[in-house]
Amino acid sequence: MDMLGKYKTCVAARSTSSEILKSSQDGGIVTQMFIYALEEGIIDGAIVAGPGDEPWKPKPMVATTPEEILAARGTRYNISPNMAVIKESVRKYGLDKVGIVGTPCQMQALRKAQLYPVGMRYVTDKIALAMGIFCMENFSYQSMKQIVEDHCNVDLHSLKKTDIGKGKYWAYTNRGAVSQIPLKVTHKYEQPGCHVCLDYVANMGDISTGSVGSPDGWSTVFVRSTNGDNIWKKAVEAGVFEVKAIDSVKPGLDLVTKLATEKITKNQKELEHRAKMGVNKGLRNPYI
Amino acid sequence: MGLLSLIFGRKEKKPVEVKPPQPVATPKPVASVKQESHKEERPVSNKITLGHVHMSGCIGCCVSIADTYGGLFTLLDNYADLVYSLTLVDVRHIPKMDVALVEGSVCLQDELSIEEIKETRERATVVVALGGCSAYGNITRFSRGGQFNQPQHESYVPISKLIDVDVYIPGCAPNPEVIRNVAVMAYLLLKGNDAQKKLATAYLAPLMALAKDGSRIESDSEACGCDIMLKVINQGLCMGCGTCAASCPVFAISMEYGKPNIDREMCIKCGACYSSCPRSFFSFDVCGDYENILGAITAAMNPGGN
Repeated sequence: MDMLGKYKTCVAARSTSSEILKSSQDGGIVTQMFIYALEEGIIDGAIVAGPGDEPWKPKPMVATTPEEILAARGTRYNISPNMAVIKESVRKYGLDKVGIVGTPCQMQALRKAQLYPVGMRYVTDKIALAMGIFCMENFSYQSMKQIVEDHCNVDLHSLKKTDIGKGKYWAYTNRGAVSQIPLKVTHKYEQPGCHVCLDYVANMGDISTGSVGSPDGWSTVFVRSTNGDNIWKKAVEAGVFEVKAIDSVKPGLDLVTKLATEKITKNQKELEHRAKMGVNKGLRNPYI
Repeated sequence: MGLLSLIFGRKEKKPVEVKPPQPVATPKPVASVKQESHKEERPVSNKITLGHVHMSGCIGCCVSIADTYGGLFTLLDNYADLVYSLTLVDVRHIPKMDVALVEGSVCLQDELSIEEIKETRERATVVVALGGCSAYGNITRFSRGGQFNQPQHESYVPISKLIDVDVYIPGCAPNPEVIRNVAVMAYLLLKGNDAQKKLATAYLAPLMALAKDGSRIESDSEACGCDIMLKVINQGLCMGCGTCAASCPVFAISMEYGKPNIDREMCIKCGACYSSCPRSFFSFDVCGDYENILGAITAAMNPGGN
């Protein structure tokens, strides 16, 4: 299996807007891209993980203004079912050109929905820009709460940012305290559905991005589809991104390949294990 | 051409072409019109023959076919001859055909229905269950009889309970784009070259697997909303993307804490949620090649290039 998927170009990049970088997760790629696409009329709106009714609980939202997109920036490390509002974005918001951000599994869902659009009459042909994000695994809301409140000893209300990197789970508080726990503590809280996922770098996004491979404050960007390539070129030309060649930065693509290989081989083993879990019977494999 | 000639019974004197997907830039004038003609010569030799068989349904699936708009004319002009259809073709008995699109479920108290579904199986090479009623029973599952003017009509089963079905197209109503995709793929499967056959087989395989499962007597694939619970969540596969909620036509699914919550009072058993779930079936070969496949379908539907 191709660990990094098909792509046309791969670079390290970050937004040139200090306003976006101020509280984006890394290079602010998704936020910047959607705001640029919105202002250029490439999209009419974007499906993003907006603020929910509980602290750090994301809620899928159709953002139609840069302000709404800015309000959704940053990673929440729990589930935002973005595909759930895809019909609403076309039917209720009347968007003709929809942007959507999602994890690799959500990009898979999107592409499947485009080829087999069961129950989505004239919705999936309105997808104008799909931004994929790197993802090792996800947590349910209660799992994330457990990790942050019980293990990191930080109240969700005082949490400023969470991050996963350098083998650790980081929790930053509003008053400047930093709490970290080894990633292996978090493993048992992972969402089980993530353990059969065979994609790390969102192979099916038009453009996919994540922090791994690039220095702090920057993001690695894969430009994958023809559509993504056109939009990316325009955005770089417009100067909304600062771009460096991926082989000029540390730690570079080797680390991305390493993590992708780890995830995919581990999950392939899990699929094999599931197939033989019982006595002469096993669990379903969605890929066959 | 195609549909219009079927409706008006026109006969075209046109040399037989063996290249159906060729662009039809300017429609050629009809050479001669014989209103008294009963049998139409097929203008394109290797079109497939297609029929729309109506059982107990609401005709919504038929409307969905029409909802491909101009696409319907392209399909009928270049790829398929409509040989049987309740509303469009004046044919009383089910003829031999390549593909039968069956809409609606079978009423067990209606002898004609049972006869017709058996005839369909005998005379069609490929039987497609078009829409929720045909595939899973859908709202007809909730029928209890006692209605005017046939109060004894009370039990309805999806067609797969009486005959083997080859392809399922779930959904209420089925999506016109899926019908279009399946029609193009069925054409490629029956008339295409080796590479096209391979692609069509890969595309249709999951829809055929759904039909195969539904055709088993002991099949448990009728619950739909429950399928998401039984075959995805209970199997530890759900990752909370929300596709099921988006695809539900009756808003029976909401996402609670990242997982689907199914209101079983609302579920009409149309099969849309389970079949659109990326964890019900997913092929990296087909879905990963989405750009080429969507491009090929668009090209097939716009042979003139506009």
